[in-house]
Amino acid sequence: MKVTIVDYNSGNISSVINSFKEVAKDKVKIEVTADLNKIKSSDKLVLPGQGSFKSCVDALNNIKGLVDVLDDFATNDKKPLLGICVGLQMFADIGYEESETKGLSWIPGKVSKIDNQNGKYKLPHIGWNQLNILKESKIFKNIENNSHMYFVHSYEFIPEEKSVIIATIDYSSKVVCAVEKDNIFGTQFHPEKSDRLGLKIIENFINL
Amino acid sequence: MLKNRIIPCLDVKNGRVVKGINFIDLKDAGDPVEQAKIYSDGGADEICFLDITASNENRETIYDVVEKTSKKCFVPLTVGGGVRTIEDINKLLNCGADKVSINTAAVQNSTVIVESSKKFGSQCIVVAIDAKKNADKWEIFTHGGRNNTGIDALEFVKKMEDSGAGELLVTSMDRDGTQVGYDIDLMSEISSKVNIPVIASGGVGNLDHLVDGIKLGNASAVLAASIFHYGKHSVKEAKEYLDKKGIPVRI
Repeated sequence: MKVTIVDYNSGNISSVINSFKEVAKDKVKIEVTADLNKIKSSDKLVLPGQGSFKSCVDALNNIKGLVDVLDDFATNDKKPLLGICVGLQMFADIGYEESETKGLSWIPGKVSKIDNQNGKYKLPHIGWNQLNILKESKIFKNIENNSHMYFVHSYEFIPEEKSVIIATIDYSSKVVCAVEKDNIFGTQFHPEKSDRLGLKIIENFINL
Repeated sequence: MLKNRIIPCLDVKNGRVVKGINFIDLKDAGDPVEQAKIYSDGGADEICFLDITASNENRETIYDVVEKTSKKCFVPLTVGGGVRTIEDINKLLNCGADKVSINTAAVQNSTVIVESSKKFGSQCIVVAIDAKKNADKWEIFTHGGRNNTGIDALEFVKKMEDSGAGELLVTSMDRDGTQVGYDIDLMSEISSKVNIPVIASGGVGNLDHLVDGIKLGNASAVLAASIFHYGKHSVKEAKEYLDKKGIPVRI
């Protein structure tokens, strides 16, 4: 099996690479590339994302043909894909960070700034917060409700269909922190930085 | 709910861990990679490396330390000390740092914060300030606390927030190495001035100081060095103590 981490110049992905390699050991091949053919031939994809919604979408669009290949992988071939942080946010139709920017439209919804309630809540939301698991998911196998995960973000994904939400966190309101729609998974938190439980989620994804 | 973070900090010189007492006297306390692993296994919410060899010829040693650590520790890793340019930041992130803390360069030229937060995202840009009480205000110092600038800390932090900093690491120079506790007034003043998280640093001597940093100083996270790495307290002990005092921590 081959799992590919899409390297589209979205910022720092070394932690994602390290964590997947740690979990995969020698059993699963972890590839890090933006090569379209290699992506197509992968069994699973990881779409990381750091920086702003706009900068990530722009970076995807800067690699000719990449968005089409990702679209095909996720929506036609329906092979498993995991979006992390802005990687998850880009599943939406539209994002409002920096300027109004179109997303990948895999899960209907928008990405807006978390309401800081006039300064009551610090932004970015940085640190460890507890999952409220709403639905069973294969990526949450052996993950207990209220487990801690590491977050760093100021924007939240607001899907139109609430049924895709598999976990939320409490910060200002119920912020969506994990989604699942068929073969598409996403975490707002960083499993690669969430200690043993984060690695467990990565293992669950690899084992899908 | 969001938990308050405990961040052990390792001062690293020539690839080895040391701790400065008021920034000057140094003692050797071990291998940074092993130390970091002990901390993350013990429940540290983040690990911080401060490279104090920064401006010397042994600068490259920190990249090796960061690279090795990031393959063993799966909690966030912040690295600071001598970070001046976009290229320095890029190199540290590529080695596996998750955040980079910038001190002198941010004071000298705030465009490095504007540009780096645009390029890499605010989430990985921490502005570190060293502040010292001077009459009725706090003054910013640079170059590891050697040079005074005349800049008012409270004005400066606002500027850093506006420039794109994701977090502030605030060290009281009056307290650093003294073990008498954080400068609570400094922490709470800064915390109320900005909407980004503040990490309190400088002066921790016992576990109550950590409690005060959060409860009275309104810090989102507390950083400490010597109380952890001379074995005085473990991170686990610290977290259990905070939990007992009603502070939300990850246990």
